[in-house]
Amino acid sequence: MAIPTVASPASSTRTRNPLPDAWRVEVFRAPAMDDPEGTSVLGAIRELGLAGVESVRSGRGFLLSPALARETLLEAAREFLADPVLDQARVYAPRESPASAPANCARILVMRKPGVMDPVALTVQRALVRTGIVPAAQALEFRVATFRAYEVRGAVSAATLAEIGARVLGNETIDDVLVGDEGLHFHAPSSQVRHGRVEVPLCAADDERLATLSREGGLSLNLVEMRAIQAHYRAQRREPSACELETIAQTWSEHCKHKTFAGIIEMDGVRIDNLLKCTIKAATVELAKPWCVSVFHDNAGVIEFDQGWNVCFKVETHNHPSAIDPYGGAGTGVGGVIRDILGVGLGAKPIANTDAFFVGPADLPAEKPLPKGCMHPRRILRGVVAGVRDYGNRMGIPTVNGGVWFHEGYVANPLVYCGTVGLMPHSAATKSVAPGDAIVVAGGRTGRDGIHGATFSSAELHEESESLSSSAVQIGDAITEKRVLDALLVARDLGLYRGITDCGAGGLSSAVGEMSEPCGAEVELDLVPLKYPGLSPEEIWISEAQERMVLAVPPQKLDELLAVFRAEDVEATVIGHFNSTGKLSLRARGELVGELDLAFLHEGTPRPVRSASYTPAQWPDPGCPAPAQGHGPTVLALLGAPDSSSKEWIVRQYDHEVQGMSVLKPFVGVAMDGPGDAAVLQPLPSSRKGIALSCGANPGYGLLDAGAMAEAVIDEALRNAVAVGGDPARTAILDNFSWGNCDKPDRLGALVRASEACYRAAKAYGTPFISGKDSLNNEYRVGDRTLAIPPTLLISALAIVPDVARCTSMDLKRAGSRVYLVGRTRADFGGSAYLRLSLTEGGRVPRPDLVEAPRLFAALHGAIQSGLVLACHDLSEGGLALAAAEMAFAGDLGLELELARVPFEDSESSGKSRSGFDPDSARLYSESCSRFLVEVAEGSAASFERAFAGLPLAEIARVVSTKHFAARGVDGKPLFELGLEALRTAHQGTFHG
Amino acid sequence: MTNTRALVLRTAGINCDGETVRALELAGASVELLHLQRILDEPARLDEVSLLVIPGGFSYGDDVSAGRVFGLELRHSLAAQLSAFVERGGFVLGVCNGFQVLVESGLFEPGSARRNLALANNASNRFECRWVAIEGQACAAPWVEPGLVMPVPVANGEGRLVVRDDATLQRLVENRQLAWRYVRADGQPAESFPDNPNGSVLAIAGICDPTGRVLGLMPHPERNLTPWNHPHWTRLSPREEGEGVRFYRRLVEAASGALV
Repeated sequence: MAIPTVASPASSTRTRNPLPDAWRVEVFRAPAMDDPEGTSVLGAIRELGLAGVESVRSGRGFLLSPALARETLLEAAREFLADPVLDQARVYAPRESPASAPANCARILVMRKPGVMDPVALTVQRALVRTGIVPAAQALEFRVATFRAYEVRGAVSAATLAEIGARVLGNETIDDVLVGDEGLHFHAPSSQVRHGRVEVPLCAADDERLATLSREGGLSLNLVEMRAIQAHYRAQRREPSACELETIAQTWSEHCKHKTFAGIIEMDGVRIDNLLKCTIKAATVELAKPWCVSVFHDNAGVIEFDQGWNVCFKVETHNHPSAIDPYGGAGTGVGGVIRDILGVGLGAKPIANTDAFFVGPADLPAEKPLPKGCMHPRRILRGVVAGVRDYGNRMGIPTVNGGVWFHEGYVANPLVYCGTVGLMPHSAATKSVAPGDAIVVAGGRTGRDGIHGATFSSAELHEESESLSSSAVQIGDAITEKRVLDALLVARDLGLYRGITDCGAGGLSSAVGEMSEPCGAEVELDLVPLKYPGLSPEEIWISEAQERMVLAVPPQKLDELLAVFRAEDVEATVIGHFNSTGKLSLRARGELVGELDLAFLHEGTPRPVRSASYTPAQWPDPGCPAPAQGHGPTVLALLGAPDSSSKEWIVRQYDHEVQGMSVLKPFVGVAMDGPGDAAVLQPLPSSRKGIALSCGANPGYGLLDAGAMAEAVIDEALRNAVAVGGDPARTAILDNFSWGNCDKPDRLGALVRASEACYRAAKAYGTPFISGKDSLNNEYRVGDRTLAIPPTLLISALAIVPDVARCTSMDLKRAGSRVYLVGRTRADFGGSAYLRLSLTEGGRVPRPDLVEAPRLFAALHGAIQSGLVLACHDLSEGGLALAAAEMAFAGDLGLELELARVPFEDSESSGKSRSGFDPDSARLYSESCSRFLVEVAEGSAASFERAFAGLPLAEIARVVSTKHFAARGVDGKPLFELGLEALRTAHQGTFHG
Repeated sequence: MTNTRALVLRTAGINCDGETVRALELAGASVELLHLQRILDEPARLDEVSLLVIPGGFSYGDDVSAGRVFGLELRHSLAAQLSAFVERGGFVLGVCNGFQVLVESGLFEPGSARRNLALANNASNRFECRWVAIEGQACAAPWVEPGLVMPVPVANGEGRLVVRDDATLQRLVENRQLAWRYVRADGQPAESFPDNPNGSVLAIAGICDPTGRVLGLMPHPERNLTPWNHPHWTRLSPREEGEGVRFYRRLVEAASGALV
């Protein structure tokens, strides 16, 4: 086959010189060396069923300024760009055509589009200048760009190559994918440089015009809000400037302001004034835990830990960016939540990350058409895992807890949650800003990347989102953020700043706008360091370029602060001052380009009244039928089901050991393949106290009953934490809602029911919410149809562990010990993993007994603290059957269940088998809340039973040395027997990334 | 407390400095954590210490290749001082990214005109974090205990030791440079995943230079210091400390004799 001469569809529309005016170095593995990356690309191509490819070699390419001498290039290639043992480098002069590929071999080049962050290029640039390989005289003009190159061998059609380029190698939203064609770019993003104040004619606009202005400006403001802005400016007898309007749009966005949660809702004749305040915050206020240091008003929730230290926790969503570019979206999601922790109080040291993903089914047939503009769930999952991995690992923060849930409802709207835990001294818990303080921006430079992220994330996705919103997508640069982290902690401990916040959604406009709320501020936009020239004042002001923090620095500390940042190689620049005008003034080139009344900006948001209604899903009760294929195969199927099968392929790509604090790891047991309930860390070497991190979520429950779901997932997060030794009386929780479009009454009604349930459960368990975030509008529009996600609530829990030496893992420990079931088993099959195996809808969603559950948790915690427990595992998806199977293979010990000893609480069973209700299945697969399986040594049994006096407890199994998992039915007859190896194999599942 | 003074070097992206300092202090060293720029400004700081440690992390993002930029900076700006430091009897340890940096620096092959060793991307093409067992080898570094098996976590994407040719391997063996190897549960060298997590030739987890004073390894002994770091501690009887403390204690003791 000849090398195709036609450009890929994506690149054909652009005209350009096919060969870049730059030195080009291409580095491939030497022929004798293995190329694991090429091999994995080949695997991904074959998985898509694309025919004809025999092998793939992968390489890296660099473009360097044409003014450099050939000797410089040769030295750079030899000394730096290529490995002398592994690689082979080819160097081409500017505009020189690269060696034509051999016959039967096509080249595909992938390069970030102009203006998209290329962190490697920056590193190469700096390293070559620092080491003097590029002479100092040429340093100023010296530029680098990078690309990836692939040589694809085999008889492959041009169409297939284009498909490989688009579906395996590049993401055309952010990459130029060049198939067999040149067209690498080597120029800074060009733009019309526009300066000066721009006014938006708003005062005379009619409603239609207001709506148009909002839509065309990408402001995501509704008509009521546009009218409020119009009224404000009419009263001032002037038009808003573009900077002002953008600032208002960012500040009032759903993303920043949570207008739905804080708004007015009418439901069933009841008026709810601020749902958040009435439910989630109310629980925290009423619980009034003295160990809550700072809740809800700062970037993260802060609670007391030990020895003068606090811990703080924040979880964020990064759903929309991850839908369009999974890798960049998830990576910057991690980077963003880490900055929340750097910016809480005076800043905390990040000590752990968490992540949770909700995606479409991984086994969605490749040929099944996806909604237009959507990626296959596998590609999304691989991308988000890689994004979290690369950002979290580079930051040196262990990623220790999380989960993945699969459901059709996430095909068009995947959800990506990223969390970070921080450690800070008590003295750093609060911050302030004083008039006269310098406004310092520190970290990465500002570019055109990430314009309108806040407003974009507040709107629905649609078919064109991918192309329209590429500027809202960014690539993270973790090492810049690591430098910022290092510098900040030094500056914090020296007391060099008074206030700090992160640049997140809305960029400087949100960060400075928020910090200046109590006083006022003046900013010189020309002082903001830029990645490249040509940004308009509005772009500088609202750019969401990553890795930036804003500090309030007292004038007398400024020099010392700047010196600390210089020493860590972090750019820090004064861009203005805080004052006491009550106004936010923006200047560019000496001109006032915006002056906003801060009271209007922060208090002027209209509070629309939304109506809500809720009707629970109506399904006939399916009961709990016996499995068609028998219990043995059912247990194996549950172990291998997408939600419950091993996520080891993900977890092992995360450095969960860095910082050396790990006590209980994500995977435990003999072969380190048992899924632990929660991770435990020991944050201070001088203290035996630990923290347990866990989570709970269940979209299957959410679809049936949002209120029950909320209570059930709070119970799940807590029992996970309690199972490893976390103290339920010292546990804080976080709420993260991802919901459909809450302008629709039914979606909003479900949100109200879930929030009310959050209040009830938090109060009952005594676990305050300390932070939360919502991502609404997770709907996808195709034509006039919309697809909404299942109501999804992720609850994250942080529990204090009184003594890490008492922690309990879930793997069985010794033959001969007893196994107890804690809690009540009821007919809770709605949304269960068991019914989902047979695609059965309906049934009652599990709901905890809010009176008994806290007592069970307290009793179990007491038993664990007293050293009475050998192993403990919570019962959740898959019920007793799955928990028991996991404990057995993790401990490499056998378990024999006696189902007749499992009390079943619901009268409908009456111990008799009826059509549609199989008593063995009911006991094995019910997902009733607040249950644990606990291994207790014979000698501790009496004490353990005493600890549960008056509570539901039953001894139901024995640990045996025979390596099998077996059960006898309620009739005493053998029900199934499975070897441990079969369990292990099933649990590994079928998708490994 | 020994009289060993250790210098731990960090730069942008190094992220295991905390646990490395803790390990050295537990082992009895007095430790100073220093930014690379300070030592480039003032190379004489090396004269004050007998042990130099480069911890793990992602120096400069591991952009281009793991440890490449840090290694380049050492080669260009500190090569003579480092060689002199080793020649005088100073000890150097590189862990994970630190090992990658040391390979790039050329310290394992003194006198060689070209580099013959590399740490390539894992055979799985994936970052891999897991606990493995490594066994000390009879090698030029007498502080490494032959036959001692140590449980340690590895966490890297580019930890596969590759040699240019058989002659290089031969030389490593003859110079007694094989210091640590991955082993299976039965004590045999681990040829395959996951016991050999990255596909290293001869199951090599760590090597030393011909003097035995420069040592690098991919796994992280400093992440096994407490009684509760071990992945099986809930299955074991109570422990005093993690096995990694012994590794650092032996090193710090060896370096205490080398006070310059």
